[in-house]
Amino acid sequence: MDAIRFVLNGQEVSYEGNASDRLLDVLRDTYRATSVKCGCKEGECGACSVLMDGVLVNSCCVAMGAASGSSVTTMEGFRETKRYAVLDRAFAAVSAVQCGFCIPGMVLAAEALLSKTPHPTEDEIREGLSGNLCRCTGYNAIVNAVSAAAKEGNGLW
Amino acid sequence: MEKISESVVKKDHAPKMSGRSVYVGDYSGDGVLTGKFLRSTLARAKVLGVEVPPLPDGYFYVDKTDVPGDNNVNIVLDDTPVFARDTVEYIGEPIGMVVGPEEQVVDRLLSEIKVAYEELAPMLDLRKADTVFFNYEYEKGNLEKAFAEADKVYEEEFSTGYQDQTYLEPQGMMAEPEENGHMYVHGSMQCAYYVHGAVMRALGCRPDEVHILQDVTGGGFGGKEAFPSILGCQVAVAARKANAPVRCIFGRREDLEFTSKRHPSLCVYKVAVKNGKVTGMDIDVKFNSGAYTTLSPVVLQRGIICASGVYSFDNLHVHGRALKTNTTPSGAYRGFGAPQTFFAVEMMMNHIARDLGLDSLQFKEANLARQGDATSTSGKYHFPIPLPEMINEVDRACDFRRKHLEYEKPQTGRYRKGIGMALWFHGAGFTGSGERDHIKAVCKLHKYPDGTVEVLASNGEIGQGLRTTFPKIVAHELNLPLEKVYYNHPDTARVPDSGPTVASRSLMVVGELLRRAAIKLRTQWIEGEDQIVEEHFREPDFMIPFYLDKFQGDAYPTYAWGVGAIEVELDTCTGISKILGAYGSFDVGTPIDYNIVIGQMEGGYLQGIGYASIEKMDYDSKGRIRNNSFSDYLIPTTKDVPNLKCMLHVEQYPDGPYGAKGAGELPLVGAPGAYVAAVEQAIGGKVSLHHAPFTAEDTLNVMMKEAE
Repeated sequence: MDAIRFVLNGQEVSYEGNASDRLLDVLRDTYRATSVKCGCKEGECGACSVLMDGVLVNSCCVAMGAASGSSVTTMEGFRETKRYAVLDRAFAAVSAVQCGFCIPGMVLAAEALLSKTPHPTEDEIREGLSGNLCRCTGYNAIVNAVSAAAKEGNGLW
Repeated sequence: MEKISESVVKKDHAPKMSGRSVYVGDYSGDGVLTGKFLRSTLARAKVLGVEVPPLPDGYFYVDKTDVPGDNNVNIVLDDTPVFARDTVEYIGEPIGMVVGPEEQVVDRLLSEIKVAYEELAPMLDLRKADTVFFNYEYEKGNLEKAFAEADKVYEEEFSTGYQDQTYLEPQGMMAEPEENGHMYVHGSMQCAYYVHGAVMRALGCRPDEVHILQDVTGGGFGGKEAFPSILGCQVAVAARKANAPVRCIFGRREDLEFTSKRHPSLCVYKVAVKNGKVTGMDIDVKFNSGAYTTLSPVVLQRGIICASGVYSFDNLHVHGRALKTNTTPSGAYRGFGAPQTFFAVEMMMNHIARDLGLDSLQFKEANLARQGDATSTSGKYHFPIPLPEMINEVDRACDFRRKHLEYEKPQTGRYRKGIGMALWFHGAGFTGSGERDHIKAVCKLHKYPDGTVEVLASNGEIGQGLRTTFPKIVAHELNLPLEKVYYNHPDTARVPDSGPTVASRSLMVVGELLRRAAIKLRTQWIEGEDQIVEEHFREPDFMIPFYLDKFQGDAYPTYAWGVGAIEVELDTCTGISKILGAYGSFDVGTPIDYNIVIGQMEGGYLQGIGYASIEKMDYDSKGRIRNNSFSDYLIPTTKDVPNLKCMLHVEQYPDGPYGAKGAGELPLVGAPGAYVAAVEQAIGGKVSLHHAPFTAEDTLNVMMKEAE
């Protein structure tokens, strides 16, 4: 059986396991990308969100076979970017991070949103983050942070 | 704004933001065994036998016979077993645990275990439940006279359902035997010393033979107050048997079904009214404890202390019972018994006002407690009660008074509006004499020769910001840059017991101890020396001592206050009440960090709105909780309450650090009273609503009945 080749945070990797394994488990266990959190394992909470070819997906609902040939970005890769630095400052400025468990997925959701809509309205931000549950913040701080990042990062997205 | 209130970048921001924080599930699994539970499939049964298939090498089955110490988990009482005794008392009760290196093999082995039961009739109905776990009663004045002389007497019943804490990180604990024979237990928790006491007892060992570390914790909200004590014992017993590290991380369905959640309640209110004022209340409160007592006594205490709301009158009788049913044990959840009774009393006040032909807010204002008045338990409101100003702040924010009058008029058409307001408090700190008699908090500051200062305390950062606010207080008092003061997650081997991370107490109680410790350190400071100072809890002098046997005295030193208004637009075709705005004014004293406190208010208020509206969870006729996934148990998303406005009103508390009071729980407590009142007004007519959550389905049911 051929290994499953994909790009993880810019590096080509080949996965020797089954095509039916979950991307979430493989990222966490095989590649130790532990920023990818497991909150429900059924595609409802968004804590395991990653970018697959720039599209936000719940990695718990992606079989490895479907990841073949794709480019996967987790927080381990995204945190090295300039866009991350802008989001980081914006989240810090309004203390948008509480328990932190939803945050890597939430930030990748923000990246997916801003890539498509660099200057979103508040409604568009709320729509773009609506698949990512947060139980701590009530969301206002997160929405404000994404809004501020969009303004500050003018041109980056 | 005070200097101390100015927001800083949170100390745990960078590791959490970048995904570098290590939660218990993130440690490498090399050499770590995975533990999973064999759970009861019946709500009540004798366990006649457990047939375990042959186990491969390195796999173990663990049950009550493996508990080296005591098979009772130390919580308030000790009736919760580590592993089931001869009977099981609820669906999901852990009978045993299979541990081993490969999760899939563990799953297979579990599916092959056969349990022989003798099924017994479970008790599932709170109304019929006859095993009374806790029973408290208190009274003042002459209620009989108040009823006899009343212009009118009202009687209504209210009920509330479960609410699950739904921290995003499910429960998880890990136990690692150490080379010296000691046991190291770490994981997601609020109260390291609770886990310490419990594991010590289960393993039958000395305090120094066990130590507990709180890992980075992905939310608690009360759900990780007592439950980690149980899971901590279970993984420790398994690790002892296997002589290897054992980790157990719950799946979401397992977590939703089998971990403690807010007590469902049933409250009956009988209220005497004379000359437009409440003169007496007779209140009966029932909480569904589930199968074991866990924290029910303290939850019930707080619930019945709050039962008469923010109002002052002379004649009161409150009777509270926590009753056993064969269901998942209920436990701590932000608000801790208060949201249930505040919902009931606020709806009751609205209904009375409507019957009297009065505006509900004016009726409430006429009955408000004031500084110096007696509390429900014959203690005293020692400090100003800023509710009148806070009501005006909320009114200004949303035009409450005008809208409330306008929406009261008959409405026609598909969409109808309603607005509701609730008034409430949250007693800050442990209930009753808890701080003085049980917790006796101790904290330390360790100053190193290089001039950095470490906070040594046992309160856990669970998102509420303690790793930032504790150092802010100390740095402020020592006049040090914030970088010089730090607070790590507590390890019981290193820190004194400053008490649990509960009851909105950490900042107010332990924060003040740290402030005093910092003053001590400042006066003793010697450059280049290694120095440690220690501080112990002292009850404030003004307190009227609380006695649980009489249920009398100051149940809390002071109170945080809340006013919330929620405006909805009801779609009469779907029953869905869209929230047009949720407004809150919250007095938690001086914010020790503005952003952190606003984050607590917004997050807590939204949790309360969830509890009021969409978070429905119940068990079926067999006692099984069916709402066990995020598609059946809905919590608010970014889109549910886009217009959520929280304001701070500051009434300083002299015995809290820089005037701070308890904060975390307050914003949740009153939300159901405001939301359901708004829905009630939108439905219109003479409809009276009596339970929370009040869902779209409930709304349709009521409207269909009205139409008949």
